Amino acid sequence: MQLPFKVSLSAHDVACERGGRTLFQGLSFTLAPGEALLVSGPNGAGKTSLLRQLAGLLPLAAGHLSVSGAEADTPVAELCHAIGHLNAAKTALTVRENLAFWAEFLGDGDSDLAGALAAFGLEPLADFPAGLLSAGQKRKLALSRLYAAPRPVWLLDEPSVSLDVHTVTRLDAAIRDHLKKGGIAIVSTHVPLKTAFDHELALGQERAA
Amino acid sequence: MSAGLALLARDVRLAWREGGAVGVALGFYLIVVVITPLGLGPDLNLLARIAPGILWVGLLLAALLSAGRIFDNDYEDGTLDVLATGPLPLSVVAGLKCLAHWLTTGIPLVLLAPVLGLLLNLPMGTFPSLMLAMLAGTPAVSFVAGIGASLTLGLRRSGLLLALLVVPLYVPILIFGVSAVTPYVSGPNSTWPPFFILCALSLASVVLAPLAAAAALRTALR
Repeated sequence: MQLPFKVSLSAHDVACERGGRTLFQGLSFTLAPGEALLVSGPNGAGKTSLLRQLAGLLPLAAGHLSVSGAEADTPVAELCHAIGHLNAAKTALTVRENLAFWAEFLGDGDSDLAGALAAFGLEPLADFPAGLLSAGQKRKLALSRLYAAPRPVWLLDEPSVSLDVHTVTRLDAAIRDHLKKGGIAIVSTHVPLKTAFDHELALGQERAA
Repeated sequence: MSAGLALLARDVRLAWREGGAVGVALGFYLIVVVITPLGLGPDLNLLARIAPGILWVGLLLAALLSAGRIFDNDYEDGTLDVLATGPLPLSVVAGLKCLAHWLTTGIPLVLLAPVLGLLLNLPMGTFPSLMLAMLAGTPAVSFVAGIGASLTLGLRRSGLLLALLVVPLYVPILIFGVSAVTPYVSGPNSTWPPFFILCALSLASVVLAPLAAAAALRTALR
């Protein structure tokens, strides 16, 4: 699946505040097409918050994000696939129906259902209700969303949770493939991945020191 | 465009597949209407006179019962986060979800109303105006319920709070809904003015409620 366009993403002096407490501030990075960023740090350092800020779900307490390469008025969130802790799977729908919906909704006409089903080997389960899937299979369903519609920025928050070793390798390869096509990946993970991250952002250092 | 249709189709399919919400709303409506005559006694004239009011009150409460589900399930399983990164503005997402609520709850309740009218000795002649008034008014019921549902998102046992927020906003719908069915309350030949006001209420809430709901959803997503 080809990306519709390549973008570069930068953050300038971004700060995050949760409940009156500043989680991080003065955070800047620039990612060119094909680059990956690893977000690390202890629990509560703000990894999830940063990813939610990039996905447009949390407001920035300070600073701003900028994107070049996309149409000027496209919000950053619309360029992103955000895979969070929750799998966004509807238990009453089958695997195929779940993915078909995301393909249609996120792709808005530009979608790839077959590719999404194949990406993490969900074809044998396609007509199974998502409610009967195991935790790992539900995670695969969430990750398959990455392939349902082409988007240049992948925001992956602990993507490997409850995945088996084989699937983690597959995910690793998927990220590398995405980077090769000129995409951007921002990953927060505690599991070592083989993907070579061009940048690493260690959050929560001041407090640990 | 296709994103919006996909969302609407998914919500209708989920309501159908999960079944519970529509069934509970219809069952609740039936129970409210059936026990009222038992409490009031067998005075057929009295029943016929208050039937429109009972039918409207029952419909509003039944719709309210399923209102929490407009956003709750999507919020809990993380779907709302992903919907927020979609190509549609959040207000359009909210509006489509309210529309799906109207299609899956509002319309079945309207279809049940004349059947329940028979139980209340409502004159057959008023059935067309009853259905018409309810069809015109129920979009406002669903969209206003969407405001309450988005404001109470993420709260435990939010049902009562939702009712406290939304029922005051239902007062105009109730007043004009009832007066569109009972011309002899508000004077002869006056079915149309309250009907048009119902239409106006629905149109206004279709436009304004999604904006309010989207603002509330943004805060809930933080």
